[in-house]
Amino acid sequence: MPMHIGEKDFKARVSKGLQDDFMRGAVRSAQGRLQNNRANAAEELGDWEEWRTLGQQIRQHTVEHLDYYLHQLSEKVAELGGHVFFAETGEEANAYIQQVAKDKNAKKIAKSKSMVTEEISMNDALEDIGCEVIETDLGEYILQIDDHDPPSHIVAPALHKNKEQIRDVFHERLGYAKTEQPEELALFAREKLREEFLSADIGITGCNFAVAESGSFALVTNEGNARMVSTLPKTQITVMGMERIVPGWEELDIVVSLLTRAAVGQKLTSYITALTGPKQIGEADGPEEFHLVIVDNGRSRILGTEFQEALHCIRCAACINVCPVYRHVGGHAYGSIYPGPIGAVLSPLLSDYDEYKELPYASSLCGACTEVCPVKIPLHEQLIMHRRKIVEDEKKSTLSERLAMKGFEQIVQSANLYRTATKMAPFLTTPFSKNNVISKGPGPLRYWTDARDLPQPTQERFRDWFKQRSERGDSE
Amino acid sequence: MSKGTITNRGKFLKNIRGKIGGISPDKPVEKPDWTVNPQRRVMKDFDQDQLVEVLDKQCHHIHTDFFLTNSESLQETLDQVLASYQTRSIVYSSDNRFHTYQLPEFFKNFAKKPEHEVFKWNDENSEESISFSERADVGITFSDITLAESGTIVLFNRKGQGRSVSLLPRDYIAIVPKSTIVPRMTQATDYVHQQVEKGEEISSCINFITGPSNSADIEMNLVVGVHGPIRAAYIVVEDK
Repeated sequence: MPMHIGEKDFKARVSKGLQDDFMRGAVRSAQGRLQNNRANAAEELGDWEEWRTLGQQIRQHTVEHLDYYLHQLSEKVAELGGHVFFAETGEEANAYIQQVAKDKNAKKIAKSKSMVTEEISMNDALEDIGCEVIETDLGEYILQIDDHDPPSHIVAPALHKNKEQIRDVFHERLGYAKTEQPEELALFAREKLREEFLSADIGITGCNFAVAESGSFALVTNEGNARMVSTLPKTQITVMGMERIVPGWEELDIVVSLLTRAAVGQKLTSYITALTGPKQIGEADGPEEFHLVIVDNGRSRILGTEFQEALHCIRCAACINVCPVYRHVGGHAYGSIYPGPIGAVLSPLLSDYDEYKELPYASSLCGACTEVCPVKIPLHEQLIMHRRKIVEDEKKSTLSERLAMKGFEQIVQSANLYRTATKMAPFLTTPFSKNNVISKGPGPLRYWTDARDLPQPTQERFRDWFKQRSERGDSE
Repeated sequence: MSKGTITNRGKFLKNIRGKIGGISPDKPVEKPDWTVNPQRRVMKDFDQDQLVEVLDKQCHHIHTDFFLTNSESLQETLDQVLASYQTRSIVYSSDNRFHTYQLPEFFKNFAKKPEHEVFKWNDENSEESISFSERADVGITFSDITLAESGTIVLFNRKGQGRSVSLLPRDYIAIVPKSTIVPRMTQATDYVHQQVEKGEEISSCINFITGPSNSADIEMNLVVGVHGPIRAAYIVVEDK
């Protein structure tokens, strides 16, 4: 699955989301639960703001010295006998991973959850050379079984599906015969996937955080699938986005503590697994061979720009869980595997404005995202910077918007024109309004009024009202 | 272990260095002193008994059975937990602490009952160790470090301490010597950091285990027991 998902047209994706009542209900309840859990966890800690400050300092320092820490990481991994491949593009990463699979004569590959492998379409590349790739995270497994339905949330990828839909998918594809109880569904997946873990030739994991000082990397999970993938297959490949690294173990403590609280409100998830190289001589389980693939794929273009802070992201999805726009349109409307506020910042950077110029506008700029971000990325300010670039530097706003702005410029530059225009506004809009509200606007207004009402301009202009008020000598 | 390969590094890092004005790779970067360290204040002056209390409470949040016992009653407590989990087969790690608390003897008696089996992790026989763990009802390990705040068992997997023992069986029991309990993750990561500083080899797999496996991937409802153990129990024991 590439980074881009769903239909090409943004407005078509949004309407689809707005019409999907089940998905909207699921998103609403999930958002509520996740927001609460996060808020409770932050409150329990007492000094959450201080933790955020520390998180920000760590991420900033690390990204500012990324070359040094990646160098250190790769040295350590190689010392331990692991192989490190630096991939500038997704294609380079996939070609390397294909080669490892061929060398191992691998047929079956068990994979734990990883966004970067989605971003580079790694599964397709492996399937192209005849490998079977099995997603083992419960949410990803459900999506894979359902004809590769795209993920709609970076932490809970199947958030848009209800349990009845999941039951039906299991029934149709795998002959599942029990009820829609989540416990029964999960137990079924446990039994199915056990066989796969035990027979996989290669295990592939993502990476929440690499630790430079020891060549380690940490996987933050709840289900135990990442442990399976890194315990049973003889060969392990770990794929990491190049910015997912901290200097040392002291910093790992902080970013993990922030991640688990901000993502799901847990003090720690069920499993934090810190792996260092292949298994040591004499150990009975763990991989004999270890490969680390470090992926750039557009990230270095963000370095040194006003968007560098977007690389501080620890992928907790707290910003997604509070976003009012995500609440209404859902994850698929963003057209990217990275949805929500962080997706609206990152997707145009990792791809381009041609593909994602609408996303920075899919925000009310309420700033809730910035407020919850555990590493203090100024998300809504980054969205404004995107808008400025799109309009001023890239001239990518639509023709109608440019014309409207041109018209506005002329009107406000002339006192007469301005007076006439503001006087005419209530009369011109009368045919479209009912009870002083415009619900079905004409032309460009339609996109606004499709989603919400627009108040009709009032008969009395502010300047007239103010003038009369001054003449009457009204006072409080 | 022979050194692994590093491919494409020069060009890749040069590109990054160009963007962030980085310095040469052989000149070490000094980590700044972080201006705040809230993690060091957590439960700073707690004694062991207070930490046990915190751990006990946290176990309720993570769906984990909690027991407090002393070395004389450990076997009895263990027997009780195994019975409540309808245990017939046990795998345990090869760890001297099992001897310290006379548990191999207990296991020998346990195995005498009909249809009961006990297996001690054996690095010499990887296949049998993994396949027994896979079908075992219960896996038992001692905790290396225990985090009170989150209710976490830290295992430094190594020779004798297989990764599978705490992962593949249906249920998991951790025996927690009281002295292993510390406030939070900070103390565990400090320990590993010091190992790195001293140039010691660190464990190839350090597991932070917090209760049974779970998932909220179906409608955000918590399901306890997915790929890892379905139930978990911690038995805190006064040190011998």
